[in-house]
Amino acid sequence: MRTLFKGLMTATALASMMATSAIAEEPKQGGTLVTVLGTNVRNLNSAVQSGIVTGFPGAQLFASPLRYDEDWTPQPYLAESWEVSEDGLKVTLNLVKNAKFHDGTPLTSKDVAFSVDVIKANHPFKAMFAPVTSVDTPDDHTVVLNLEKPHPALMLAMSGQLMSIIPQHIYGDVPVDEVKTHPRNNENVVGSGPFKLAEFVNGQHVILERFDDFFIEGRPYLDKVVMRIIPDPAARAIAYENGEIHMGAFELLPRIVNRLKKVDNLTVTPEGYGAVGPLDWLAMNTQRGPLKDVRVRKAIAYAVDKNFILKALMQGTAVESRTGIHPDSPFYKADVEAYEVDLDKANALLDEAGYPMEGGSRFSLTIDFGWADVKPQTEYVKAALKKVGIDVEVRASADFPTWAKRMGEMDFDMSWDSVFNWGDPVIGVQRTYISSNIGKGVWSNTQGYSNARVDELLEMAAVETDSDKRKALYDEFQTIIADELPVYHINALPYHTVYNDKVGNPPLGIWGTSTPIDMTYLKD
Amino acid sequence: MAFLQKFLIRTLYAVILLAAVLVLNFSMMHLAPGDVADTISQSMGGADEEVLAQIRADYGLDQPFLVQLGRYMGNVLQFNLGYSFFYNAPVTELILDRLPATLLLVFTAQLLALGIGVVLGVISARRPNGIASHFVTMLALFGYSAPVFWTGILLLIAFSLKIQWFPVAGMRDVTIEGGFFTHALDVARHLVLPVITLGSLFLALYSRLARATMMEVLGSDYVRTAKAKGLTEREVVYKHALKNSLSPVITLAGLQFSAVISGAVLVEAVFSWPGLGTLAFQSIIARDTPTILGILFFSALVVIAGNLLTDLALRLVDPRVGGKR
Repeated sequence: MRTLFKGLMTATALASMMATSAIAEEPKQGGTLVTVLGTNVRNLNSAVQSGIVTGFPGAQLFASPLRYDEDWTPQPYLAESWEVSEDGLKVTLNLVKNAKFHDGTPLTSKDVAFSVDVIKANHPFKAMFAPVTSVDTPDDHTVVLNLEKPHPALMLAMSGQLMSIIPQHIYGDVPVDEVKTHPRNNENVVGSGPFKLAEFVNGQHVILERFDDFFIEGRPYLDKVVMRIIPDPAARAIAYENGEIHMGAFELLPRIVNRLKKVDNLTVTPEGYGAVGPLDWLAMNTQRGPLKDVRVRKAIAYAVDKNFILKALMQGTAVESRTGIHPDSPFYKADVEAYEVDLDKANALLDEAGYPMEGGSRFSLTIDFGWADVKPQTEYVKAALKKVGIDVEVRASADFPTWAKRMGEMDFDMSWDSVFNWGDPVIGVQRTYISSNIGKGVWSNTQGYSNARVDELLEMAAVETDSDKRKALYDEFQTIIADELPVYHINALPYHTVYNDKVGNPPLGIWGTSTPIDMTYLKD
Repeated sequence: MAFLQKFLIRTLYAVILLAAVLVLNFSMMHLAPGDVADTISQSMGGADEEVLAQIRADYGLDQPFLVQLGRYMGNVLQFNLGYSFFYNAPVTELILDRLPATLLLVFTAQLLALGIGVVLGVISARRPNGIASHFVTMLALFGYSAPVFWTGILLLIAFSLKIQWFPVAGMRDVTIEGGFFTHALDVARHLVLPVITLGSLFLALYSRLARATMMEVLGSDYVRTAKAKGLTEREVVYKHALKNSLSPVITLAGLQFSAVISGAVLVEAVFSWPGLGTLAFQSIIARDTPTILGILFFSALVVIAGNLLTDLALRLVDPRVGGKR
């Protein structure tokens, strides 16, 4: 079914591509694109700061070895070609010869080696480059990454915002682990990406200008990119509507997404979030009380009506997700237990687990949430579980750190949670299910879930270089977690990109706005 | 000499108050579970445990509470408000960057509200049961009871979306080019809607207070005497009564200085106004203790300065204040 669906999707995509190419226009040079960021930028240097906010300016300022197209195929960027050795222990990158930093200094293999060191020392996703033991630079344009074990996740980790190549002659003046507080992270930033920094006023805007010596001839098309910082979603919506802003990403409030969809000259699309891979789920602490019993967790899944959440709460803006891998990922397996709502089954499972109904109630649990947007979901879970005799108390947290601490210390029964895939499953999926990562802070395996087979599958998949075999391993993994339910997967976050009719070729690849927008242009 | 002594005592009180504000807030921030390492990891899309520990070590968050407090107070004594964990910037710099925007917004709103409020108050006090008076009462009631974020969004929909007169957000349009006047005009255009939103709140207070005091004054003996002397109504109201009815209004205006930040938070949030209110709000959410404490320190300073200015202004309109008794 899934394959058929994918086939259909491809056919439709092809048809629409042909339709577009029939009226395709030449990209136009020049113009100022006005875009928007939803929060302040903590740090512009994407080699030391990840996240969706830094990702957008970061990918314009800094280039990475690879980039990805819409169908998850790696494309050359700073590396014009690459090669993985037979045993998977050596990855060789051949860099383009004409790449320069914004200050005119040529980019060499030394900068790549330096960047790997900096990322290893500072970047929050340790899994990306952990297997890299050393980096050789036989000449100025060849980089050899030596691995202690095969590491297929490296391909995605070398793209998007995840591997920003930063200049050694600027950031090399402090020890590598201090680059995260380097003064040049926010002013006079020097990278080799399509745009250079013109002005950054925190709380107001980031202004980027075309880098004339960009290593891809003729690009970028835009002269200037203005990223305004507007935290209020309602104000952003008005700004899209009246044309003050051409394009913005990561809009997710269902009310606003649906309203903007009705505006004539705006396109609102959920494309471009596959690699970031944001998921919403109901986390269950498998080490506490009745939730230790898988039958109780299943009963909860049967009692919670996903359709209600998708239709009533998300107002049709979000798609269902059934496993810990984002539905847009090639590794996603839709063919797993879906837990269609079934109260009889839920009641039977709870009886079987030894929690008989007494006076309309079996036992009580708490549910947490970390931010206000998802409070309705927790209220709904409370109402839904009442029907099968589980009394749920919704526990609010004063702010994010309060919730994060509860989660990190596994001081919860159930919680609504949003976790991102960040490219390869090794980076953002594994951390939730592998038993070696139990209770290690928020967004680790906070469910205390432990299954030897799952550990084994994840470890094998992390080093499997054959993509079909790898997919088979992740398939089995997804079947098991959908059956054992350390978390009940609900939906992909309804992130949407909004752009108006003037924008040509907006960034809708797997990395969305965390990719260079050197091909985006403004129509007349 | 007595004045100097008084001044020194007041300064001493102010310093003690500031220290108390800092210690109290530092402790309160510390009592809350979780810390800035969590919000930094949130902004990065999650972080490994090792990274979290590293962040805590980098910012000294792994030290005992008293050590952290001692370090912080030591820095403040050297006029160093510390370094923002979340923004990677010195707190003083962050605050000074944001202060002008907030002052511009709050002062403009205050002055306009004060001026218009007094005029409206006087008009309605002269005919307490006239149509104008009822209109002013309605306006005040609406201004005071409508939540500013609602008024703000409503104004945005009306004047940025339906009739596109004013921009939606921010303080300036970075895409326009031109000289000083072009930019000043641009800032003024951005200022209109936030000022109306914030001003409507103050306007309600001032017009009601001006109306009440004016009515009281108009009923007093000396006004009757002035009328009996044969002065015109206009002269009585504006020469004799107005001056005397102003002092409570000025006191209120002075007190409102303390609301510089608290009052502007919501308005700044709606209009993405790059001021201190937004910074305060975001730092609280991010649990960025140095920034929050820095802002509280600044607010305390503003309140003290506000009170001094109020004193001065009252001396101008009411010779009894500060005079020898």
